Amino acid sequence: MEFVVNGERRRVEADPDMPLLWVLRDLLGLTGTKYGCGIGACGACTVLIDGRATRSCQLTAARANGKKIRTIEGLGPERLHTLQRAWIGHQVPQCGYCQSGMLMAAVALLAQSPHPSDAEIDAAMTNICRCGTYPRVRAAIHAAARAMRDAL
Amino acid sequence: MKRRSFILGGIGLGGALIVGWGVLPPRSRLGGRDTLPPLYGAVSLNGWVRIAADGKVVVAVPRSEMGQGVYTALPMLVAEELGVSLAQVLVEQAPIDAIYGNVAVLVTGLPFHPDQENGDLARASEWIVAKLGRELDLQVTGGSTSVRDAWRPMREAGAAAHAMLIAAAAKRWNAAPAQCSVSDGVVRHLDGRSLALRDLIGALREVPLPREVRLKPARDFTLIGKRAPRLDVPDKVNGQARFGIDVRLPGMLYAALRACPTIGGALRYVDPSPALALPGVVRVSTLAGAAGSAPAVAVVANSWWTAQRALEKLRIEWDEGPNAEMSTDWLLARMRGALGAEDGFTFYQRGDGEAALKRAVQLVEAEYRAPHLAHAALEPINCTARMADGRLAIWAPTQVPSVLRHVAARAAGFDADKVDVSVTLLGGGFGRRLDVDFVPQAVWLARDVSPAPVQLIWSREEDTTHDFYRPAAVAKMKGGLDADGAPLAWVTKSVSDAIVPHYVRRTYPALAVETPDKTTVEGLFDQPYEFPHRHCAHVTHHTPVPIGFWRSVGHSHNAFFVECFIDEMAFAARRDPLDFRRRLLARHARQRRVLELAAAKAQWGRVDLGRAHGIALHESFGSIVAQVAEVSLAQGGEIRVHRVVCALDCGTAVNPEIVAQQVESAIVFGLTAALYGEITISAGRVEQRNFPQYRLLTLADTPRIETHLVPSDAPPGGVGEVGTPPIAPAVANALFRLTGRRLRSLPLRLAA
Repeated sequence: MEFVVNGERRRVEADPDMPLLWVLRDLLGLTGTKYGCGIGACGACTVLIDGRATRSCQLTAARANGKKIRTIEGLGPERLHTLQRAWIGHQVPQCGYCQSGMLMAAVALLAQSPHPSDAEIDAAMTNICRCGTYPRVRAAIHAAARAMRDAL
Repeated sequence: MKRRSFILGGIGLGGALIVGWGVLPPRSRLGGRDTLPPLYGAVSLNGWVRIAADGKVVVAVPRSEMGQGVYTALPMLVAEELGVSLAQVLVEQAPIDAIYGNVAVLVTGLPFHPDQENGDLARASEWIVAKLGRELDLQVTGGSTSVRDAWRPMREAGAAAHAMLIAAAAKRWNAAPAQCSVSDGVVRHLDGRSLALRDLIGALREVPLPREVRLKPARDFTLIGKRAPRLDVPDKVNGQARFGIDVRLPGMLYAALRACPTIGGALRYVDPSPALALPGVVRVSTLAGAAGSAPAVAVVANSWWTAQRALEKLRIEWDEGPNAEMSTDWLLARMRGALGAEDGFTFYQRGDGEAALKRAVQLVEAEYRAPHLAHAALEPINCTARMADGRLAIWAPTQVPSVLRHVAARAAGFDADKVDVSVTLLGGGFGRRLDVDFVPQAVWLARDVSPAPVQLIWSREEDTTHDFYRPAAVAKMKGGLDADGAPLAWVTKSVSDAIVPHYVRRTYPALAVETPDKTTVEGLFDQPYEFPHRHCAHVTHHTPVPIGFWRSVGHSHNAFFVECFIDEMAFAARRDPLDFRRRLLARHARQRRVLELAAAKAQWGRVDLGRAHGIALHESFGSIVAQVAEVSLAQGGEIRVHRVVCALDCGTAVNPEIVAQQVESAIVFGLTAALYGEITISAGRVEQRNFPQYRLLTLADTPRIETHLVPSDAPPGGVGEVGTPPIAPAVANALFRLTGRRLRSLPLRLAA
């Protein structure tokens, strides 16, 4: 099977039923994407597939075949993404375990809706954070949206 | 007495605290140059600080980073005294050594009422337990003690290192130490010369450890008390942070397991062949129960998904054991029976509560209940182990590396000095990772596939169904008011299982004893309300349900019982709940101030139509918290919490940004439990398996949270847990004002 992961073409020998999450973690060594529940409920495994936020524990390797995949490791490694800077500015992470998925969901949200309302943030950000970073996630998304607008 | 007078006599000029190791304390926590493992090109100054070859200051942190900010707050203590900025600091996880033992966690576990804590008995007990703590080498992250415990030793370590920098530079310049100073990580001479730390490494090797140091007075602090960005955040936004589950070793295998679903059951039979037939599967192992774990069947494979899928192919026959009929209702009936039949252990009394109740003009009585709860840390239980060349290496997200090493050594049949423990970042802890039940499992799997390393990961379903749950509890509360509606007496008797005896039995069986456990009544016996007559007793009722420490432990439910009942008494007395509490705190100005700050910032009682305020005050882990919750009901009766105003007196707030984070975190954690949290048992099994059944608060449900700190230069109080206890009663009290209905059972449900 072949994927474009963070702009790089990667070939793997994987069981076609293996979820993309485990392909990334156990076969490609990209451990930034996390396992939390295995049933698409928590969002810790969120990656972008062709730009759309996707829970990678629910997508088989076969169905991901040929797709463009972006993981947290591919989120502006040279220059921090605006959302990453906002995350640092608002001191969002605590334990940090859910934050990769949280950030990837936020990237997809801002791509779709550059100035999201609180209601849009509520609807898009369904990832679970047991540390309760939610108020800062909301503030950081608003801040990143403002920063992106100001940069235009 | 000697120590006390020494410390009092040690306040030097300008309020600086002078500490001398030549005299006291008997067991110093400074450590020596050989406490930290050697690092090429670096120089160790003591057990907490070394200077790396590039001049970076490396601070050894003996507590686990699980989101609460210790990788930032503890280095700040060192950097403050050392005279370097946080930007120059790197963090390394400390090794296991007696100097890192958490003394505060034991001292704060003693069952003394705060108002008695100046008594001789309390002081003597604290001294003995502190000594014991140093001997026991308990490297524990828990009980909101990390900053409290490190407050002295880590500032002393920074000050000692500072003195060595001065001495080394003075020697190089042939100058008097008084002419040298450290600022921004550079040693400077009065005449303008300066030396970078990397240029002092050779000289630092020749300088002896100081015999005496001066700690800065609070007014000279440049870091402590200021907001500072967390050192762990950059790696947590780019996927580079390494949790236990991210450990990757050459040739590493992965293991999944299924533990007996019935509490107290056993493995009867498993045929490994369906799993072994799958490509990638290495072996099937059966694992005995140990350190609190249930018997289990594990599959080892070349990826975790392969192991998990192979596990699902197995048909495992379990012996259901003696608890196959156990249910939540059965447990509740047993607890109520014990509560009625037994007097329990009296943790606190003042006056004669029962006699005073007979004289009361008004009697308020109520029964409160709280369910079992799971921790549900987002990183599932995992542990990586390698047994090779006569040594055992473990990588684990744990709150207790020294306990882990002890249990791992026992499981392996090794001496502890043959076991190397690496603590990774923790994807949440909340008390779950004080337990080490998964460690013997990983050790035995590592033995089975030796010399290959193996990473054991529990599925979310295993994590939820094999937790050590917050104990369920029931409390009977009786309050008496006199003819003027003034509080006269308050009598409480509660029942629950006790965590500490179970914990000791499963981790250190040789030390197991049955003693009254403070965690059963913390938050119930130790609150500051000034009733003329007070009696607090607890009945310990053991059940087979595995129980453990859950963020804020006994406070988590006892605050709900206490603060709702105080509200009930206020209502019976026809007093405003804020005013009623204020009158009960006439001699507790610090508590009154916190209460009043929360009320003022929330504009107590001023809410829109259809909304109501509820208030709660709670003291725990050395800090005082008050919260006002603003609540409404959605159509369909769903509870909506719009805003929570939190006031906190936690003494010195070392990093107020982290304190605010922790308050937000603790409120979301407590609100999740208040609105949804419930683990139920049926046919001896935990019914909830994954997040849809064990619901957690989401972003959309989260209220606005405001944190207001009471300025203080008292020594730090706890922070990580203290925000959790008051939120459930604050919401329940608001619901009472909104609906007239008093909810006395958690989670809060309005539906009849």
